Amino acid sequence: MDYFIELFFGGLTRGSIYALIALGYTMVYGIIGLINFAHGEIYMIGAFTSFIVATVLSIYGFPLLAIVVIAGLAAAVWSSAYGYTVEKLAYRPLRNAPRLAPLISAIGMSIFLQNYVLLAQTSDFLPFPALIPEFEFMEPVAHIVGSSDLTILVTTAFVMLGLTFLIKFTKIGKAMRATAQDKTMAVLVGINVDRVISATFVIGSALAAIGGMLIASHIGQINFYIGFIAGIKAFTAAVLGGIGSIPGAVLGSLVLGLTESFATGYVSSDYEDVFAFSLLVLILIFKPSGLLGKAETKKV
Amino acid sequence: MFPVKELKRSALISLWFAFLTFPIMVIKVDPIERTVNWRWDNLFFVALGSFVVSILAKVYLIRKERRAGLKKVSKAVTEPFVQRILREPRFLYPLSIAVLIFAISFPFFFSTYQTNIMTTALMYVVLGLGLNIVVGVAGLLDLGYVAFYAVGAYSYALLNLHFNMGFWAVLPIGGLFAAFLGILLGFPVLRLRGDYLAIVTLGFGEIIRLILENWNEFSKGPSGIANIPRPGFFGMEMNFDSGITYIYYIVVALVVFTIFVVNRLQSSRLGRAWLALREDEIACQAMGIDKTKTKLIAFSLGAFWAGLVGVIFAAKTTFVNPASFTFLESAIILSIVVLGGMGSIVGVIFGALILILMPEYLRALSEYRMLAFGGILVVMMVFKPDGIISNVRRSYQFKKHSSTAE
Repeated sequence: MDYFIELFFGGLTRGSIYALIALGYTMVYGIIGLINFAHGEIYMIGAFTSFIVATVLSIYGFPLLAIVVIAGLAAAVWSSAYGYTVEKLAYRPLRNAPRLAPLISAIGMSIFLQNYVLLAQTSDFLPFPALIPEFEFMEPVAHIVGSSDLTILVTTAFVMLGLTFLIKFTKIGKAMRATAQDKTMAVLVGINVDRVISATFVIGSALAAIGGMLIASHIGQINFYIGFIAGIKAFTAAVLGGIGSIPGAVLGSLVLGLTESFATGYVSSDYEDVFAFSLLVLILIFKPSGLLGKAETKKV
Repeated sequence: MFPVKELKRSALISLWFAFLTFPIMVIKVDPIERTVNWRWDNLFFVALGSFVVSILAKVYLIRKERRAGLKKVSKAVTEPFVQRILREPRFLYPLSIAVLIFAISFPFFFSTYQTNIMTTALMYVVLGLGLNIVVGVAGLLDLGYVAFYAVGAYSYALLNLHFNMGFWAVLPIGGLFAAFLGILLGFPVLRLRGDYLAIVTLGFGEIIRLILENWNEFSKGPSGIANIPRPGFFGMEMNFDSGITYIYYIVVALVVFTIFVVNRLQSSRLGRAWLALREDEIACQAMGIDKTKTKLIAFSLGAFWAGLVGVIFAAKTTFVNPASFTFLESAIILSIVVLGGMGSIVGVIFGALILILMPEYLRALSEYRMLAFGGILVVMMVFKPDGIISNVRRSYQFKKHSSTAE
């Protein structure tokens, strides 16, 4: 039973990290219908920024709490800046281009950012400083659920609550929902669509950066290549839940995380990714618009 | 000529990039030695570089606007130069014969190394043309195309290993295996719309690669299969150089064959059905086209070419392992199709030659080449989203009045 609970929490942790990344995919897709392949790279840059800042601060002897806060903020700020810049340079000029052009541009951007970090930093795996302390009250259950698992779960939950609030009750959230529903109509009622799209990229990137910092500190090492596989998994999760739907992205991520965790725990760890993708294929065959996606009926 | 306001803007842009690249370009930490290396000179280069680039981009945009203003009337009528050549048979035929002669004489003038690179580029031409059927003509976004390529390569490697079958016997078998897999994959995913299809094909490509990587008894895992024989020519023994040249000719022949088939297909009933499917599925169905059958044929035909090239790939490198079939490979093939111009055969050929030869000749830039590759993809898409040579739609026109009409 302990093993089951351990796997269950492992899956939840994994799923919440996927969720933080998947939200960026699903929000961008919901608004401009683009698979933002560079999003995984934004996540990687967030992890790298927090790694650099945290290491510098720890060398200069800052207390742990200050390191965590500053590194997290720096990761969010710089990732958002990258997300904003990528959108402006690589996607905005292609707003009215053929459907595949922005996708290729995104793939190019992803290759570019990966190699940029590779050249500016290193291709080695770097040890990430442990930012999350071992809590004392967790001691009795530490062999099943680690402190970092708990921290990730709690942080993710808070971030999700904040995001829900932002989307439901603020002005920019309303504008985002309107733009996602109908871009032309949104322009007609006086919404600055370009600004809304930029805001979407900024929010999505900040979420990915938080995810990047949490997972890097959980696993304990980073590399320029981590963004790729995490990006694909998170995108899978977003599609699984029904792309464009925010609760769908969270649900899809949790389902994906749990599936992977149980599959690796009970079957074989070699085929972890095979299970993830097989699950995706199966769900899409039986429910082509994802778990919570709306089935689109196209009117002629 | 250049307003001060724009200079100010460029200065702001360069400041922004200096801020943006600050943590990653400037700070380099060594977490084990616990030292920080501040590389302030990088900051200066980034700022200067982005300043210059932003000014150049602005100049380009101003010029383009001016030209667009001047040519507003004439632009609608004049066709791009390349397209005019492609349309006229009296230019097209001599040109293609010249290109063919050049291709045939290539190994005589260039070294084995160059021939080898050219072989790779031509293999990508065939891959691009195959994917072009699926993505460019039929409009089905396939991100897992490399899976079929892997199936071709592994069917030669394994059939040779276990049953000692030769290259020529496996070549059609590899193609058919891939085509069969295309149908197998096609069935479940046909109900999906555009982007769902993309992610499922991506997942499928990864599944194939992961199976090859992990199923050691079947595929020998990540270490791959070595010592695959090169193709034979009626039992003739060949040394390394002539072996390379021989494969080169096989690939040239395959390219010619592919171009012929794809070109004929595009103007066939099936090809027109694909185009209709790409433009509007519902209207297409209403016209009595069997949607499922048409899509499946597109999938399996596209896969067929990938299978053929896969067999040649295994024979050329004499070694296969799963690392050759990553998603990046699919992305590169897709970029060839989109960069070249979707649905356009000449475009795809150009796209493949540029994208594959460029990193090879950019080797002087060594570690910067993938960076340049990514950057060029973005820049190309931003400035020419239709691809280098966009497709020429077959149309009828009165020759005599073509200059005055409209």
